[in-house]
Amino acid sequence: MHLAYPAVLSALLFCTGLYGVLARRNAILVLMSVELMLNAVNLNLVAFDVWLSRAARDTLHSGQALTLFTITIAAAEIGIGLAIVLAVYRNRGTSDIDKLRDTAEGPGTEGPGSSAAEKAEATA
Amino acid sequence: MSLAPTVSLAAGHPGFLSPTGVEIAFLLVGLVTFGAALVTVTTRQLVHAALWLVVSLGGLAVEYLLLTAEFIAWVQVLIYVGSVVVLLLFGLMLTKAPIGRSPDADSGNRWAALTVAVAAAVALVWVVVDAFRTTWIDLNGPAAGSTRVTGESLFRNWVLPFEALSVLLLAALVGAIVLSRKAKAESNPPHVNSRGVTESSPSVTDSGIHPVEQEGAR
Repeated sequence: MHLAYPAVLSALLFCTGLYGVLARRNAILVLMSVELMLNAVNLNLVAFDVWLSRAARDTLHSGQALTLFTITIAAAEIGIGLAIVLAVYRNRGTSDIDKLRDTAEGPGTEGPGSSAAEKAEATA
Repeated sequence: MSLAPTVSLAAGHPGFLSPTGVEIAFLLVGLVTFGAALVTVTTRQLVHAALWLVVSLGGLAVEYLLLTAEFIAWVQVLIYVGSVVVLLLFGLMLTKAPIGRSPDADSGNRWAALTVAVAAAVALVWVVVDAFRTTWIDLNGPAAGSTRVTGESLFRNWVLPFEALSVLLLAALVGAIVLSRKAKAESNPPHVNSRGVTESSPSVTDSGIHPVEQEGAR
């Protein structure tokens, strides 16, 4: 098989994931696009590993070992990412990336601001 | 007479116009995979995006099988199709994603994103085709990624990264649990603070309110 076929498919899948990451608004759809990009990298790793192990230039099977590591890290990433998205959804009531402009808790929500207001009320 | 030169030519540098059976299968499955990926990033129904992702990842598993990487293919089916997509569906359900067609699935900068993606695709495909036009993978012989080969290489040459990865998975597990429990943990400190405040300044209304709130919180 030509190496160009899996390489081109991998490049196309990566760019599809790139479009999804840039264009999607829901955080979970962005995570799906990240999965597509990771899978494109995996396909590249497997194809080049098969080629290089056939050409006897690589006897460590580093490509397939790295693919297994990537799959594991992707599973960990999706778990942590979904936990973060759920925490954000619980706090803000939305998972739209365009609406998540704040990098810190505002004064209206619960946090140091509200406890300071309570203290001011209590001392007054 | 004319068969022998073509065979030797095919062994030396096979062209793209006479694809082998494996190449045709790879091409067809690749088209399905790419189409499913495109639908995944463009559909307006969120649950359908997750289901098309299953098609795309399953197609990639078939591509791994065609590249004789069997173990990776089954790991792909087990982990991606089995658990990651289920996690994504759970996430969609838990964030109360709309079941039907949601008009605001794409953000306003989708044309800029399309431009960037098409430019990146053209550049990458051009570079890759130019670089690997004549490279040939020999798929005959024993499988390059059977479970035996992968296991031997993994547990002879890659043991330390493997164990480090298990520690990373444990850390990710603990991190996910901590992140999921954080909302409950954050709702408690204001009570502790206000209880300290009410102890320092005895007011009847505050001390009357707080036990009720704490019971409600529990």
